[in-house]
Amino acid sequence: MKEQLLQDGKAVGDRLSRVDGRLKVTGAAKYSAEYELPGLVHGVLVGSTVAKGRITSIDTKAAERAPGVLAVITHLNSPKVPGFAAKSNPDEPPTIGQPLRVFYDEKIYFNDQPIALVVADTLERARYAARLVKTQYAAEQHRTNFEANKSRAFLPTQAKRNPKSAQNDYTRGQADGYQNAPVKLEAEYVHESEMHNPMELQSIIAHWEAPDRLTVYDKVQAVKGTQRAFAKDWGLPEDHVKVIATFVGGAFGNGLHNWPHETAAIIGAKVTNRPVKVVLTREQMFTMVGYRPKTWQRIQMGATKDGKLVGISHESVGQTSTYEEFTESTVQQTRMMYAAPNVSTRYRILGLDISTPIWMRGPGEATGAFALESAIDEMAHLIGMDPLEFRLRNHTDTDPEKNKPWSTKYLKECFQAGADRIGWNKRQLKPGALREGDWLVGYGMGVGTFGANRGSAKARAALLADGSVVLQSATTDIGPGTGTAMVQIASDALGLPTDKIRFELGNSLFPQAPSQGGSSTVNTVGSAVNDACLALKKKLQELGGTSFANVQPEQLTLTGGQLGLKANGGPRMSFADLRKANNGQDIEVTIESKPDGSTRQNYSMYSFSVHFAEVKVHTMTGEVRVTKMVSCADAGTIVNQKTAGSQMIGGAIGGIGMALTEGAVMDDRFGRYVTKDLADYHVPVHADAPPVEVFFVNKPDTLVDPLGTKGIGEIAIIGVAPAITNAIFNATGKRIRELPITPDKVLLA
Amino acid sequence: MDNEMPPQPAAEGCGHNETRRNFLKQSSLLTALALAPGPILKAAEAELDETVAAAFEKVPLKLDVNGKKYKLSVEPRTTLLDLLREQLHLTGTKKGCDYGQCGACTVHVDGKRVNSCLTLAVMQDGKKVTTIEGLADGDKLHPMQEAFLKHDGFQCGYCTPGQIMSAVACIREGHADSEGEIKEYMSGNICRCGAYPNIVAAIQEVKSGGQKV
Ligand code: FES
Ligand code: FES
Repeated sequence: MKEQLLQDGKAVGDRLSRVDGRLKVTGAAKYSAEYELPGLVHGVLVGSTVAKGRITSIDTKAAERAPGVLAVITHLNSPKVPGFAAKSNPDEPPTIGQPLRVFYDEKIYFNDQPIALVVADTLERARYAARLVKTQYAAEQHRTNFEANKSRAFLPTQAKRNPKSAQNDYTRGQADGYQNAPVKLEAEYVHESEMHNPMELQSIIAHWEAPDRLTVYDKVQAVKGTQRAFAKDWGLPEDHVKVIATFVGGAFGNGLHNWPHETAAIIGAKVTNRPVKVVLTREQMFTMVGYRPKTWQRIQMGATKDGKLVGISHESVGQTSTYEEFTESTVQQTRMMYAAPNVSTRYRILGLDISTPIWMRGPGEATGAFALESAIDEMAHLIGMDPLEFRLRNHTDTDPEKNKPWSTKYLKECFQAGADRIGWNKRQLKPGALREGDWLVGYGMGVGTFGANRGSAKARAALLADGSVVLQSATTDIGPGTGTAMVQIASDALGLPTDKIRFELGNSLFPQAPSQGGSSTVNTVGSAVNDACLALKKKLQELGGTSFANVQPEQLTLTGGQLGLKANGGPRMSFADLRKANNGQDIEVTIESKPDGSTRQNYSMYSFSVHFAEVKVHTMTGEVRVTKMVSCADAGTIVNQKTAGSQMIGGAIGGIGMALTEGAVMDDRFGRYVTKDLADYHVPVHADAPPVEVFFVNKPDTLVDPLGTKGIGEIAIIGVAPAITNAIFNATGKRIRELPITPDKVLLA
Repeated sequence: MDNEMPPQPAAEGCGHNETRRNFLKQSSLLTALALAPGPILKAAEAELDETVAAAFEKVPLKLDVNGKKYKLSVEPRTTLLDLLREQLHLTGTKKGCDYGQCGACTVHVDGKRVNSCLTLAVMQDGKKVTTIEGLADGDKLHPMQEAFLKHDGFQCGYCTPGQIMSAVACIREGHADSEGEIKEYMSGNICRCGAYPNIVAAIQEVKSGGQKV
């Protein structure tokens, strides 16, 4: 563990241990439900027990009389949220439609919709009283069955309104041109809805510090976005709403939307005039905070016998709710991954009486890659070609969708590195050819890609009296190690050891930063940190006066409590003197950093990954064991090999869940999930996790941002599921196109 | 919460609880009435009986948590986890499910790992509880904490206290002799961030380092 910046070394690229690691291993890190506030009380939500209809009566008397109960809030007595009425059809990301207005009226849109909040002085009493709320419904016929309703799918409104929207149908070359190929295939792929299920339950403490001042400790991925949303809801100036999310116990996307329980807690706090804490139960994590939507896909593909793709048609239907149109980029990868001359894509959504989905790690691209990369494997098999070779023959050095050069693309290097490490040469062309006792052995691969996005962000940098530098930006860290990466970036930009730098995040008081999502935090906030540090240095240089006037900023160092030069000798000036020159004030700057629009116009910018899996399939039980994974990423500069490696490993293991174990099972009779806790809904555990070897190309892409990073979070999982399903095919000769691949499916295939 | 099928109006299935509660209420009220000063009797008459009953339902509990002795009065239905988090403000112990399915709430009770969400606080009367806050020796981290830092055995950190408490117990139990054995005996601790290989590496290092855990 090298905590110091080496004299000539760089902090970026180092394996620095997490700067907040000590807080996490000692239990000192505070997550949103863990703040002690005087007078804090507990709220427990009651959910509807029908999937569609109206509440005809709701009897709260018994609950109100129960010991310790301060309030029972329903649509009948809830204070009006000023923003609700006005927002009849808010047209804002992440969804078009009307986010559920909690306690607004008697309408029920999905099963377990929050219909009451019971607030009591202790958690036990709130939980008990919540069971005493009695509700009657006028139930209506609900629609939750995806297959039965698939024909009702429609083009998303945003596509209808905007012909340029990427959700519109797409054709390159001839529509359905695959039909003219000598070898053709058509296959349908389905996966069940998957729940993010971060280990931390969604939780919030809402506190009205004054009638017009709200503070929330909230499990969100966007503190500024949340601040804006609640300010709008309550008709407050933005700076009257404070959002704190210093530590977030995983989210994987479900903190990218503000959910009904958050507003319920805020209402509860208003009614009781006490800080109210609401922690969802694990069951409620399945119904109230989004999920990866169940999706049906069809791929039609044509190729020549010598392995050239002629065309791909990709059609997809993703589930959404009846009140919001959730969309994602399921078919995007098909448009740009391979050099096929004829490509058609078609994306539709299907509104069901289920709560609204939200992006889950890798989002639509992970869904789409399951279909595309499976079909590629199927086609390779049809023409009798190694699937790696087939991909190489259809590799493209420019973006065939936008007809632009890639900013960088080192996918072939990933192929090579991954094939070597997994032992691809052991793979047999003929499925079912490798056996170890009762186990069949197989190898598979899957490719992933995700846009190397960068937004604009601000960062503040201040030199403190003790010679340390503190940086602030209103980003969050849901787990990747944002603070650690920022400290490393700042260390290089400032020429100051990492242990003299602190990075603060997760507070809406800090300068603007976007949500932590879409693999763009280091590209976006890292650039702002870099710029803020350079600006701070420039300011120090100015304060240093004439002796520093003609020095190149890169030559300046801040080590040893003074401004100096890298080269020996030369001028020196202590921080104390610099502060004096600054009238005794902390020396600080706030900088906004934006991508260069014209560069982004001229290039296609993507991260790439390839995942290789070795699986064993038991011939008698159908059990699938992933025995080894190799994940390779072309993600630009790797700021921290250790934490970035962990992100890749985490993505691979998440992908194992997607492929083998995770799927929410809906009981359509009641429109209610059967799987609603971690015993029914199986996420990978230690015993499911194989060794995962990670390879990074680690070549900078300075067209994306000055640091050369491209983003890791999504490509870590995109392509993992098909790598595993393809390996199962290679092991058994069974092609299973429905996720998760549980043993029964293997046996029955 | 009400998960019963079919989805009739809520609150069915409460009858049993209510009966038990009424019984408790009445029996404690009997005692109460025998000793009660006037105002309490009035309260009972004014149908505030639930409030009174609740006050009498608390039971005394002695616990040693991280070397600190507590004399408490808790409701019998309070889990050890909720006691630690909500009353003692030891929030290092995490709630990930509340059903014994995730291990985030793992603590040591008399040296053995226990899912604190699955045990009522009153069942631990007189016992010694160690939570993640009590694992380090002052400023000096426990070797397992050091190993988690070094191997990056976490991302978001939410499962981490439970993983570490479980990992220490895993070695003490003698269940850390191979990678396979560690994985098996750590499978009650879910990490959604997927830090498993790094966690296993951390445990192996501590185990092979031979330090006392
Ligand atoms: S919270 Fe106790 S096992 Fe999950
Ligand atoms: S570190 Fe996030 S759940 Fe384990």
